Amino acid sequence: MTTAISVSGLVKTFGRTRALDGLDLTVRTGEVHGFLGPNGAGKSTTIRVLLGLLRADSGDVTLLDGNPWHDVAALHRRLAYVPGDVALWPTLSGGEVIDLLGRLRGGLDAKRRADLLERFELDPTKKGRTYSKGNRQKVALVAALASDVELLLLDEPTSGLDPVMEAVFQECINEERERGRTVLLSSHILAEVEALCDRVSIIRDGRTVESGTLSELRHLTRTSITAELAGAPNGLADLPGVHDLKAEGDRVKFEVDSDKLDAVLQALARTGVRSLTSQPPTLEELFLRHYADELAPNGKHTAAVSR
Amino acid sequence: MNSLTGTRTLVRLALRRDRIMLPVWVVVLGLVPASTAGAYDQLYPEAKDRASLAVGGNNPAVAVLYGKAYDLTTAGGFTAWRYGVFLGVFIGLMATFTVMRHTRSEEDTGRLELLSAGVLGRNASLTAAVLVSGGASILIGLVQVLAMAGSGLSATGSLALGAGVAACGLVFTGVAAIAAQVFTYSRTANGVSCAVIGVLFLLRAVGDSSPSAQWASWLSPIGWIELSRPFAGERFWVLLLPLVLAGLLVAVAFQLQPRRDVGAGLVPPRPGPATAAAGLRSPFALAWRLHRGPLIGWTLAMLVIGGVFGAIATGIGDLVGSSEQTRVMFERMGGAQGIVDAYIGALGGIYGLTAGVYAVQATLRMRAEESALLLEPLLATKVTRGRWAASHLAFAILGPAVLLAAVGLGTGLTYGLRIHDVGTQVPRVLGATLAQLPAVLVMAALAALLFGLLPNLTGLSWAVLTVFLLITLFGPILQVSQAVLDVSPFSHVPKLPAAAFTATPLLWLTGIAVVVFAGAFAGFRRRDIG
Ligand SMILES: Nc1ncnc2c1ncn2[C@@H]1O[C@H](COP(=O)(O)OP(=O)(O)OP(=O)(O)O)[C@@H](O)[C@H]1O
Ligand SMILES: [Mg+2]
Repeated sequence: MTTAISVSGLVKTFGRTRALDGLDLTVRTGEVHGFLGPNGAGKSTTIRVLLGLLRADSGDVTLLDGNPWHDVAALHRRLAYVPGDVALWPTLSGGEVIDLLGRLRGGLDAKRRADLLERFELDPTKKGRTYSKGNRQKVALVAALASDVELLLLDEPTSGLDPVMEAVFQECINEERERGRTVLLSSHILAEVEALCDRVSIIRDGRTVESGTLSELRHLTRTSITAELAGAPNGLADLPGVHDLKAEGDRVKFEVDSDKLDAVLQALARTGVRSLTSQPPTLEELFLRHYADELAPNGKHTAAVSR
Repeated sequence: MNSLTGTRTLVRLALRRDRIMLPVWVVVLGLVPASTAGAYDQLYPEAKDRASLAVGGNNPAVAVLYGKAYDLTTAGGFTAWRYGVFLGVFIGLMATFTVMRHTRSEEDTGRLELLSAGVLGRNASLTAAVLVSGGASILIGLVQVLAMAGSGLSATGSLALGAGVAACGLVFTGVAAIAAQVFTYSRTANGVSCAVIGVLFLLRAVGDSSPSAQWASWLSPIGWIELSRPFAGERFWVLLLPLVLAGLLVAVAFQLQPRRDVGAGLVPPRPGPATAAAGLRSPFALAWRLHRGPLIGWTLAMLVIGGVFGAIATGIGDLVGSSEQTRVMFERMGGAQGIVDAYIGALGGIYGLTAGVYAVQATLRMRAEESALLLEPLLATKVTRGRWAASHLAFAILGPAVLLAAVGLGTGLTYGLRIHDVGTQVPRVLGATLAQLPAVLVMAALAALLFGLLPNLTGLSWAVLTVFLLITLFGPILQVSQAVLDVSPFSHVPKLPAAAFTATPLLWLTGIAVVVFAGAFAGFRRRDIG
């Protein structure tokens, strides 16, 4: 088995809201897969479908070679889930919740549990709401990470963690990867995604807009170029892939689609280049392009890079 | 910014959130008393009927439930007697739920914190809740006065009854406001407020039925409604008691409020164990942890209630034993032959409805868990939906059995002790109370069905239970048609021990419950969680 999760054409509607609108997602076994998208894009909904909590309207979903709606008990033994909003029972202590969830999942590793509690600096004797948001998340994280499972489904697991704890979390996920576990990580924290994820999928309005490794995705976005040319920048604006051209005499400033960079540089070289700075796209730009409407040209860059 | 800034906004928000609930309370509680006015003349047209009614009404066994009758020869006096106590209880429930929904529950869900971050004075939330609940109480009283006076009852009496009920609502607004400060979770605060209502109901039950302990009624705000004697030589000064008490209670609540943090209660939570006990490893073990507190509280309460009602049963036979008219009265109440047996039969119905309240509450715990996002992480483990639901429904099914046994035991024991016949009475009374179980299960099953099919409408379970309650309590005396009586599963339970035991209706009820439960499971397996 090389595919842990494979979703294609997934549709889920809530009344008139079309939360998922033909979503595709492939997560390979053993990889840490980033799951990104603006608020309301459908990340949590997808994860809930994967957990068999929601019933898909249409589309094919395979999870660990099983059907998430029908093979619930068998599949859930092999995965752990950290929800986006962690709620705890008011009368149960954090330690009790960790043990309970671990046991219901089929057992947890006591040594690893102790180790994680220490690393996350979590007091397991507090009860329910007396935990802060971040500490509630730690309870769910410890419960998930201390279980012996193949697949971790993490829905914004670090949105309440402080930077020190974020570092601990990243260490833990890297250890999970070394153990050969598969992780689906939904997150809004780009640095975390950049540090952890082998591949990412970006979704918007319930549809997958990009999927691939980060370098592949970078390739799809624009590089900014500032250059001083030997002559007038004739015809530069007409070259494919050139955007937002500003010319002042011999100085030009523009953005170019990274996959058209080669052709454009050749054109510049023909005119003659005195100086040139190029700025590769930052991760932020990459995401902003997909997140915000005005920055995403319709359909032009929305083909998936790799599967 | 002062401590009340934002109160107006919160009141508006509360009225918007309660735009269905509050009008329902106002209309139902407001119009119920006026509705008897016409029925009275039809049911008891002759002076003879009224006199016989008066004899029955003065019977301590009847007084336990309905309060003392002061004047049953007029429609007004009849109304005040028949509904006074129940209106007091129900307006208390209205006030409790309303105050809690806008104070404690808001804090539980963290919504209040969100609001407090805006411009809200520290007292705004409590003030708004008190204003909404107090306002609703007064409005209910006003509607009652207008409706009763409008349907031809004396204006003075209408005013006394309406004002008494409204003032009772104000008292329970104060009780709930204090409970909301003291306890950390709305579930606990709600439970304690309801327990206070129950205790005050019992206090006046004792006072109204035992000549030697009449003072007990004076200790209960629910008793004050009848003690102001609406339609029977009104004593308006009695109404000062609830007004003063309400003022004091609300003042105490406002004193307590600054002593605690938002989201916390005055009773600080204790730390728990660092690891779970070995037994906490199944959905059922978790359900036990969640249900055991309420179940133990309810069981004790039922034992006490049973004990009180059983002790009162003793004198009934002697006091009115020979009156043929009383017998008629009891039969109208849903009882059968022997006076005491009829009393126990009538109690059985009330116990059944009370156990029904628990059954609905235990069933709807599933929805509460789901809405609080506590179901998702469990279903992400190997626990299946069916197993999870079964572990909660175990409490909705076995819990009422335990409660009915407790209340039967309590009633049978005290009654048996008084007449020196424990050996016979305990099993007889237990039989009468346990016979209610199938009807209670139908109620639990209906709530479960709503949970399985229409999770957003689980609140309707309470409406269904209220309809059953109105039919059982007031149907027979208002002589509604058999078809209407048949709607309530509680009408089908044989009125043991007087009536002959017949298994057929009980088997039918059980069968219906099983089928409805099956439908609930089927629906729940199919639907989305969340
Ligand atoms: N139970 C529900 N009923 C109705 N609409 C829903 C429900 N759950 C989700 N939605 C809608 O589906 C869409 C996707 O929501 P989802 O929670 O999956 O987004 P998300 O990508 O997780 O967002 P975020 O980053 O804010 O967590 C949203 O428009 C949301 O309003
Ligand atoms: Mg989400």
